[in-house]
Amino acid sequence: MATVQVSEAEKVYILHGIRDDLRVDGRGCEDYRHMEIETDVVSNTDGSAKVTLGDTAVLVGVKADIGKPRPKVPNEGYVEFFVDCSANATPEFEGRGGEELGTELSNTLYKVFNNKHSVDLKSLCISAGEHCWVLYVDVLLLQCDGNLYDAISVAIKAALFNTKIPRVHISADEEGGKEIELSDDPYDCVRLNVENVPCIVTLCKVGHRHVVDATLQEKACSVASLIISVTHKGTITCTRKVGGGSLDPESIFEMTEAGKRVGKALHAPLMKLLQQEESLGKARQKVGFLG
Amino acid sequence: MGNVVQRQTRGALRFQLFRKMAGLELLSDQGYRLDGRKATELRKFQARMGVFAQADGSAYLEQGNTKALAVVYGPHEVRGSRSRIRHDQAVINCQYSMATFSTAERKRRPHGDRKSTEMSLHLKQTFEAAVMTQLYPRSQIDIYVKILQSDGGNYSVCVNAATLAVIDAGIPMRDYVCACTVGFVDETPLADLCYAEEGGGVSSLALALLPRGGQIALLQMDARLHQDHLEALIEAAMTACKGVSKVLDQVVRQHLQEASVPSAE
Repeated sequence: MATVQVSEAEKVYILHGIRDDLRVDGRGCEDYRHMEIETDVVSNTDGSAKVTLGDTAVLVGVKADIGKPRPKVPNEGYVEFFVDCSANATPEFEGRGGEELGTELSNTLYKVFNNKHSVDLKSLCISAGEHCWVLYVDVLLLQCDGNLYDAISVAIKAALFNTKIPRVHISADEEGGKEIELSDDPYDCVRLNVENVPCIVTLCKVGHRHVVDATLQEKACSVASLIISVTHKGTITCTRKVGGGSLDPESIFEMTEAGKRVGKALHAPLMKLLQQEESLGKARQKVGFLG
Repeated sequence: MGNVVQRQTRGALRFQLFRKMAGLELLSDQGYRLDGRKATELRKFQARMGVFAQADGSAYLEQGNTKALAVVYGPHEVRGSRSRIRHDQAVINCQYSMATFSTAERKRRPHGDRKSTEMSLHLKQTFEAAVMTQLYPRSQIDIYVKILQSDGGNYSVCVNAATLAVIDAGIPMRDYVCACTVGFVDETPLADLCYAEEGGGVSSLALALLPRGGQIALLQMDARLHQDHLEALIEAAMTACKGVSKVLDQVVRQHLQEASVPSAE
């Protein structure tokens, strides 16, 4: 992760500000920075989204491919995550430098989505035991300015919302085997239900209080953070504590409650925005990185 | 030798079906290509400089459906091995990588494979010819290019995007570096190839040019071409590159104009 050097005086300043619920850029402790979301930015994919949260920029592409289902669950498809920390973000990620962070991020994503409700895996099945849809979710990190987990989870939710999986027809061929035909019409597709896809909230403990959406400077002042993934109903799918410092159980409980509150409040405006963008249809001007 | 049955992915299947159905030829009798362009026409250019605030220089470039993002860090102190330090000039370090979702078939490794390493070396060679490295001895300039969507002409789009990024970083160069991929079909050179044309058995040549002096920074071709056609092909590539340089110049001037207009108070 890109790091900044923070002097002692700056640390004290940030700590005192957070104690009084006033951060360096004027936000409250539970406010997010300016977030911009755009879907359908890469046309080679089945679904894509670009999210900018402050200076953090993340691009997610979802590709659906036909594969063999896992032996233990023959009537379900599955989702594969891959996080690429590109050298664009910081020169330290050049070559294999970004692999460590990328692996950590993708492992956390697997844990977050490792439950029956986030993505309806049964709808990804084509024929039990033989064919299923595999969703390859590829996350590309373009700029790091703190709070990667939140930006990535919002981008994944938006990209899955945007994903269009083509309809398949299974027919029997001459030898009795199954033949899969993809529909030729590019608009004949199945959409995913992303209601239950969780959003990740990272809470950093700075002094005696916790902050949501910490910048790099605030992260440098914090001892430890708690990562919580929350669904729209307020259910938690995964909790992780990261960072070198230790947290006492009281603060973990407090941070969990705050995380649930913040996470739950994030879903409704996000879905509304995605549906609004979708309703613009063909008239929408695609901006991508050009705007 | 056993029969190896390859499972073709949806992307490749769809593309083959499309070609077979339409009976497409790379250059029609009226002189139109697959996407409706004429033989010497370039694809649609859209570019923006200064895309990322954290990097020293950045640029985003779209040429047709190929999208590339270039980021420059530097000049800064040489990282890693001190043996790379050159006492009289800056070291240029390039990395070319493709997003895993950039191609029709999902790429497993974004970089580190042979093709990416080769491209990185080509980019390094190209920019060493253009950047005035003797102004920054004992330092390093990093150029990172990422292909977000690949539709042919990857190398050329990378070079053009990287030129804009280096200019955005304020690093002095001798001239714009413009690149173009050209191919030879039916005795006609085609400028700025797209993916369908590159794969359609066309002899393609990639050229990076410093337009003002007409100096070639990199010339690469790995296909069969008759010697008599080579000069015509290089001429066509140079003309296309000069066209690209005009567009890049326009982009840079517009960016400077936008940056220098004082914001309304």
